[in-house]
Amino acid sequence: MARTLIHAPKTARPGEIIELRATIAHPMETGLRSDDQGRPVPRNILTHFECHYNGQRVFGALLYAAVAANPYLAFHLRAQASGTITLTWHGDFGFKQTESLALQVA
Amino acid sequence: MRVVRFALQWVAAVSVVLGFGLPTGASAQAQQPQHSQPPNQADSRRSGLSYMSPALQALQRDDSQNPAQLWVQEGALLWAKPPVNADGQATGRACAACHAAGAERGMATRYPAIDATNDAAIDPAKQRPLTLAGRIDQCRQRHQQAPPQGADGPEILALSAHLAQASRGLPLAAPSDAAISAWQARGHALWQQRMGQANLSCAQCHDQHPGAKLGGAVIPQGHPTGYPTYRLEWQGLGSLQRRMRACLVGVRAEPFTPNADEWLALETYLAKRASGMLMEGAALRP
Repeated sequence: MARTLIHAPKTARPGEIIELRATIAHPMETGLRSDDQGRPVPRNILTHFECHYNGQRVFGALLYAAVAANPYLAFHLRAQASGTITLTWHGDFGFKQTESLALQVA
Repeated sequence: MRVVRFALQWVAAVSVVLGFGLPTGASAQAQQPQHSQPPNQADSRRSGLSYMSPALQALQRDDSQNPAQLWVQEGALLWAKPPVNADGQATGRACAACHAAGAERGMATRYPAIDATNDAAIDPAKQRPLTLAGRIDQCRQRHQQAPPQGADGPEILALSAHLAQASRGLPLAAPSDAAISAWQARGHALWQQRMGQANLSCAQCHDQHPGAKLGGAVIPQGHPTGYPTYRLEWQGLGSLQRRMRACLVGVRAEPFTPNADEWLALETYLAKRASGMLMEGAALRP
């Protein structure tokens, strides 16, 4: 499991715009480099990211080889109902990681 | 900042605004003490942090954004977890099983130091100082049957980051016994020695021209207050030795061999030079 740094409020008022910030430990290897022996290093990047809020997709991003290691994403969403926010990173070699956060709206 | 600068392609987002969200001052400052130096007019020493742009300073100060925190997290887990070998068998006790809770605080301020537990049979003149990373490596080998990794091994980096973080805000306290003083003097001599095709000494840049630019990059005073450090250029965490290696390559000198005495002497001198400055935890540098 890759380490993640997630910054999100635990509570919000109805209709409030909240900010989510997420960093994940990932090498984002471009596939364009070679190792000490001259062999090409295969590409190993995150390809896309999704944020679901109570099951509905509210944010997504495609990532490419030019993105630096340990990608950091920040975005906003509108708090509407209490529930779960899930952040999912997908990547090469079947990489998939999901982190869930509880959000209390009152 | 490449993440921020390079275009990400954003897709379908409902009621979503992209924010590069540098933290507001209040939230960032609430999370972490300021790294200002103690009030001392005579002290002109400045951390490399103060040479960075406000945006990068905010990035370091915000634990929810500073990518070095990924290693700090990993290190905290490693500290608490009993070590296992490839077959899943326990090979020793966890760090936390010997070291009392809270003992991490202050550990990172005292290195490099001559290891008091080294064999007394060793000629004191031949005793080498241990850096924090060296101490962790030695402890892992002795008590956890782990293979040696060197300062830039993944577990050593994570544990060093955890310990550096635990000493955040404390003043560096370099030891000053006779044995370490000899190493500090040797490091000072190396610091002033011209090296490489550029024929520059460390002192010529870091003592005589801090704040000026070298190849577009600002020259800091070179105080090791935030190691291991996340360099944006490396896109990862690295040790002080790695940083110095990059400097030697920069002046077109041949870097010393890994684990050479010269690295230890320089690290020992730098710790003395920065003694009393506040540690920043696992820092961030451009």
